[in-house]
Amino acid sequence: MAIEFKPSPSLPPPSNAVGATAWIKNNLFSSPLNIFLTVFSLYIVYLLVPPAIQWAFIDATWSGESKAACTAGGACWAFVASYFDQFMYGLYPSAEYWRINLAAIMLVVLVGMFAIKAVNKMLLSIAIIVVYPVVAYFLFAGGIFGLEIVETSLWGGLFLTTLLGIVGIVASLPLGVVLALGRRSNMPIVKSVCVVFIETVRAVPLITILFMASVMIPLFLPDGLNFNKLLRVLIGITLFSAAYMAEVIRGGLQAIPKGQYEAADAMGLTYWQSMILVILPQALKLVIPGIVNTFIGLFKDTTLVYIVGMFDLLGRIQSATHDANWLGTTAEGYAFAGFIYWVICFGMSRYSMAVERKLDTGHKRN
Amino acid sequence: MTDKNMALAQLEQGEKAIIEFNDVNKWYGDFHVLKNIDFSVKKGERIVVCGPSGSGKSTMTRCINRLEEHQKGSILVDGIEMNDNLKNIETIRKDVGMVFQHFNLFPHLTILENLTLAPIWVRKTPKKEAEEMAMHYLERVKIANQALKYPGQLSGGQQQRVAIARGLCMRPRIMLFDEPTSALDPEMIKEVLDVMVQLADEGMTMVCVTHEMGFAKTVADRVVFMDAGEIVEANTPHEFFDNPQHDRTQLFLSQILNH
Repeated sequence: MAIEFKPSPSLPPPSNAVGATAWIKNNLFSSPLNIFLTVFSLYIVYLLVPPAIQWAFIDATWSGESKAACTAGGACWAFVASYFDQFMYGLYPSAEYWRINLAAIMLVVLVGMFAIKAVNKMLLSIAIIVVYPVVAYFLFAGGIFGLEIVETSLWGGLFLTTLLGIVGIVASLPLGVVLALGRRSNMPIVKSVCVVFIETVRAVPLITILFMASVMIPLFLPDGLNFNKLLRVLIGITLFSAAYMAEVIRGGLQAIPKGQYEAADAMGLTYWQSMILVILPQALKLVIPGIVNTFIGLFKDTTLVYIVGMFDLLGRIQSATHDANWLGTTAEGYAFAGFIYWVICFGMSRYSMAVERKLDTGHKRN
Repeated sequence: MTDKNMALAQLEQGEKAIIEFNDVNKWYGDFHVLKNIDFSVKKGERIVVCGPSGSGKSTMTRCINRLEEHQKGSILVDGIEMNDNLKNIETIRKDVGMVFQHFNLFPHLTILENLTLAPIWVRKTPKKEAEEMAMHYLERVKIANQALKYPGQLSGGQQQRVAIARGLCMRPRIMLFDEPTSALDPEMIKEVLDVMVQLADEGMTMVCVTHEMGFAKTVADRVVFMDAGEIVEANTPHEFFDNPQHDRTQLFLSQILNH
C-alpha cells in the first residue's frame, strides 16, 4: 500500500531574525563601514537639526506689525502671518475669498466621493471633469448670479499656483496619451505631426513658451482678437507638459508585451477598444512613477509665470519681501514657500504610491 | 433529430471548407516563411500542425485571423477573404477564437472580466448575460471558483484553461491553438489537454499547433507536418504515424517519438 505524503508543518523563524533589535542590527550596524556611516549620519543630524528648530520655533516671533517686532533672533513668522491672505489669494478682493474657498471645498468633497462605494463613478467623473470646471470658472471670474467680476490679473498666490497646477495636470494627461498613441501610429501623417510636436516642445525651455504665450502671440493675432493672458499661459503650460507626458506614456506602451496587443486583436476589439480597455490601463499603471514625476515637475514649474508678470505663491512672497516694513525677511518667505511646495509635492508622491498599491493585481508574477 | 440524421447533417456540413489557403506565400523581409501553402480545413475538422521550430507552423495559424499578413495568394475564412479590409478582419476575428502559448490573459482584469470583455464590447452582449455565459464556460474548464481572482494568482495550467474559456465565450466557429501546452509544467499539460479533447469531442473546428503527439493521435482528423515553410505531408493520424511518406517526416517522428 502507498504511504500517504504529509508536508511537514511550517515553523516560526528564529527570534534573532525578527523584531526591532534584529532590524537595527541588520540595517544599521551590520559591518564596520555601516557602523561608521550610522554614527556619522547621527552627528550630521545633531549639527543641523537643533539649530534649525531653535531658529524656526524656539526663537521665532509669531506676531507683529513689522520687522522691528522680531527681536528674538529667530524666524520672523509675523511677516508670513501679516501677508498670509495675499500669499493664499493674491490680490483677489478679500470680500470674495469665500468663492475660492467654496470651490476648493467642492473639489475636495467631489474627489473624496471616489472612496465611497455606492457612488456611480461614471457620473462622478463627468461631474468633476465637465461640470466642476464650469462652476469653478464662474465662481472665480464672477459675472453671473450677481457675483462681482474679478479680473484674472488679480488672481494670484497659492490659488493661482493650484489653478495652474490642476488645469495643467488634468489637461496634459489625456493630451499626452493621444500624442503617445499618435507617435506609435502606423499612419505616417499622424505620426510625423506627433513626433514634430513632441520634439519641438521638448527642445524649448518653458520660459520661452511662456514668453511666446504672453508677449508674442498677441503680436501675431489680428486687432480685436485677443484672449486672456491666463488662458494663454495655461495652454502653454499644458502643451509643454503634454510633450513630456507623451514620452513617459510611450515608455509604458512599449513595456506591454506584444501578446497583449495580439490577444486584444484576436478577440476582435477595435483599435480604440483595445487601447482603452486593455493596453492603456496596464501601460499607465506601469508608468505612474513617471507620470507623477511629470506632475510634480509641472507643479513646480508654474512658479515661472512670475516671468510674465503673474504673481503665484512664490511671486507674491518675493514681492512681499520688498515691503519696506519687512526688509530682511527673505529667508522666512522662502522657507514658507518651500514648506508649502514640499507639502503638496510630498502629498502627490504618497498618493501615487497608494494608487499603485491599490492597482496592483499580482501583475509582476507573470 | 435522430443520431443518424445528425451524422448525415454533419457530413453534409463537413463537405464545405471553412478555411482555405490558396497558394499562400509570406516573407519576413527576405526570409521566405510560408511557401505555396495550399490547404483547406472542413467544418468540424480537427487539424494538428506539427514540425520543427521555425518551420512556419505558428505563422500559418496566425494568418488565419490575420495576426500575420500574407503577401501572396489568398486565405478565405468562412468564405470571407482576409485582406486589408478592416471590416472583413473584424468579422472573422469575432468568429475565430485563439489560444496562445503564453496565455496572454489581461493581468489588470479579473478572470471573469477577462472572459466578458469581448462579448460585452464586440458582441454587445448585456453584462449580466455575458457573466452568466462566462461562468458557464469557467465551469466547463473546472475553474469557476477562481472567477474573481486575477490571472497573476493562478497557476499556468489554470491560466491556460481560462484562456480557452475566454476564447469560447465569443461562441467561435473555429478555435486556433498556438502551442497551448509548450509553456506549461508537465503536471499541468494534462489538465489543458483534457479540456481540448472535450472541445474536440463536441465538434469544434480546431487548428492546433502542438508537439503533443498523443493528442494528435487521439483527436486529430488530419495531421499536417511542416518544414522550412512548406507543408511536407498532411494525412490521417493513422497514416501519418504508421506510414509516413516522406524521409523528412520519418526523421521528425523518429526524433520526437524515441527520446
